[in-house]
Amino acid sequence: MNTALFYALIGAGLIGMGLQSLVLTPNIMRKIIALNIMGNGVFLILVSTSKRLLGMAHPEPDPVPQAMVLTGVVVAVSATALALALLRRYYEATGNLVLPEDSPEWGIEEMPPAMASYLENVDDDDEH
Amino acid sequence: MSTEQLPVLLVLAPLMAGFAAYLLPARFIKVLVTAAFVSVVIVLVPLYEYLTIAGPLRTSLGGWGVPLGIDLYMDGTGFVMLSMTTVLLAAICIYSHSYFGNGPRATRFWPMLLLTWASLNNLFITGDIFNMYVTLELLGLLSVGLIALAGTPAAYAASLRYLLAALCGSLFYLLGVAMVYANSGNLDWVELRLYLEGGPSAAIALGLITAGLMLKAAVFPLHFWLPPAHANAPAPVSALLSALMIKASFYIAMRMWLWVFPGSINTDLAAPFLGVLGAAAIIYGSVQALRQRRLKLLIAYSTVAQLGYLFVFFALSVEPGSATPALQAVVMFAISHAFAKAALFMCSGAIIHAYGHDWIDSLHGCAERLPAVTFAFAIAGVSIMGLPPSGGFIGKYMLILTAAEQGKWFWAAVLALGGILAAAYVFRVLNIALCTGKSVAVGQSVPAGLIWPAWALAVVAMLLGLLASGPLEIVAIGAPELDLFRTMPVDSP
Repeated sequence: MNTALFYALIGAGLIGMGLQSLVLTPNIMRKIIALNIMGNGVFLILVSTSKRLLGMAHPEPDPVPQAMVLTGVVVAVSATALALALLRRYYEATGNLVLPEDSPEWGIEEMPPAMASYLENVDDDDEH
Repeated sequence: MSTEQLPVLLVLAPLMAGFAAYLLPARFIKVLVTAAFVSVVIVLVPLYEYLTIAGPLRTSLGGWGVPLGIDLYMDGTGFVMLSMTTVLLAAICIYSHSYFGNGPRATRFWPMLLLTWASLNNLFITGDIFNMYVTLELLGLLSVGLIALAGTPAAYAASLRYLLAALCGSLFYLLGVAMVYANSGNLDWVELRLYLEGGPSAAIALGLITAGLMLKAAVFPLHFWLPPAHANAPAPVSALLSALMIKASFYIAMRMWLWVFPGSINTDLAAPFLGVLGAAAIIYGSVQALRQRRLKLLIAYSTVAQLGYLFVFFALSVEPGSATPALQAVVMFAISHAFAKAALFMCSGAIIHAYGHDWIDSLHGCAERLPAVTFAFAIAGVSIMGLPPSGGFIGKYMLILTAAEQGKWFWAAVLALGGILAAAYVFRVLNIALCTGKSVAVGQSVPAGLIWPAWALAVVAMLLGLLASGPLEIVAIGAPELDLFRTMPVDSP
């Protein structure tokens, strides 16, 4: 097993762990951490690919994947910051650290006041 | 400045306007948005001329060239997507101006809208698959911010769910890009087919990329985040998300399946699998749309269903010689859907403005109280159903025709069934809206700025059907010839 493969395997392991946690844990904070672990796994695999050319005619490591990892890290940091800011807003608004169940109508279940007036209007119309 | 360098301005103009909108006082926003539109339209005209005369256009940023630098590449498909984005955003801008007014949300909305525009333009002209990852992430983060603008707990929950799904999707995409690079040492999607070697690594790369993009495009069964996100966002944002954001992920998937991978791996089995998911999305999304009690959720589930058509396309594109007609059909379908769906969401925004809610059952007499809005809704609905002469009809008809030519009657039947189901959910709304006996009083009158953009887009969706040959011819510029790829000797890098 060469070094590149070793890194790639560790990266794959991190992705697996992150994905499992992302899907299975309900806590949003832990989901955000899980995404970061997944991201690190992907970056590790990317870095390992820059060793591709070693031992061939060009002994220098390939700079392109490293540039990609740098960009990826910047994206991951911004995304994490945004997720944390949103989570704080969500927590302040609901006191919850867990996403609601898979109901798209969540939070708007109550019938709006307009519905009540609608029902009254219907009765009026029927009388005429 | 030569024509080859013009595409840079397509990204630069909205990007600069976006940053300036952050920094300058709110009264400059109108000027900035107008300036961005004027410069983009001025650039698109010579690009159109160049495309029709000289074919696809390539720009090396900074003169580096592939493989070290990032190239911009524009062909017919990219140009049609760019034009669609420009027209749609113009309508969304007029609508948002009425919707947000000068309130505190407006100052946060406009910079994000302009940056979204820059990212979309960048996506449609970039030649680099890693650059596509960056624009995907930008679009994801900006959409999350735009959804959260609604400021309700439900919107926060929806945007968090969307953020988590979108990040996970882009990581899968990035992993696929890493494998493509490890395989070929190249990232340019136009040239990749010459360098990509077949075998398991290419197949896994395509699998990862497709899985990530399907999560981001909300293809059944990965659609769980879409209905709450699109239904809880402010109306102009819903229009933007359903019309454009979804198409961004689909656009990348299209490039991958038609341009990058066909030369190296055999997709004869994988493509029908995507088609089956698309067919399931059509049925599931339409049935869910029929069951919804809120108008915005109905329209959001309709998006889930219409996305199914886009993925059935993959099943129809694998036969030799069928790539270009299938591509023309699907691009036609995608742009008509974008215009019609944006119009529907704009109408729902106007209805919420008038009634204070969007419960379908209490919209009785909507046609009487809001005739212009209901009419726009009906015209856009015609395109969603795919009735002639709308653009939706041409797209759907061409897809069915492609399926029939290949003898794939199953797909033709699914596509036709989707049209009937779409008619069912559109008529369900219209039925209640046109029922005049017990009409409900409107709380607030609707300003013209919330009506005419919806009208304009619905009419554009209709006109697309009458003027279809123009866009179809442009799409054919630079379209892939799959059989050519397969017989062509592949150069080793």
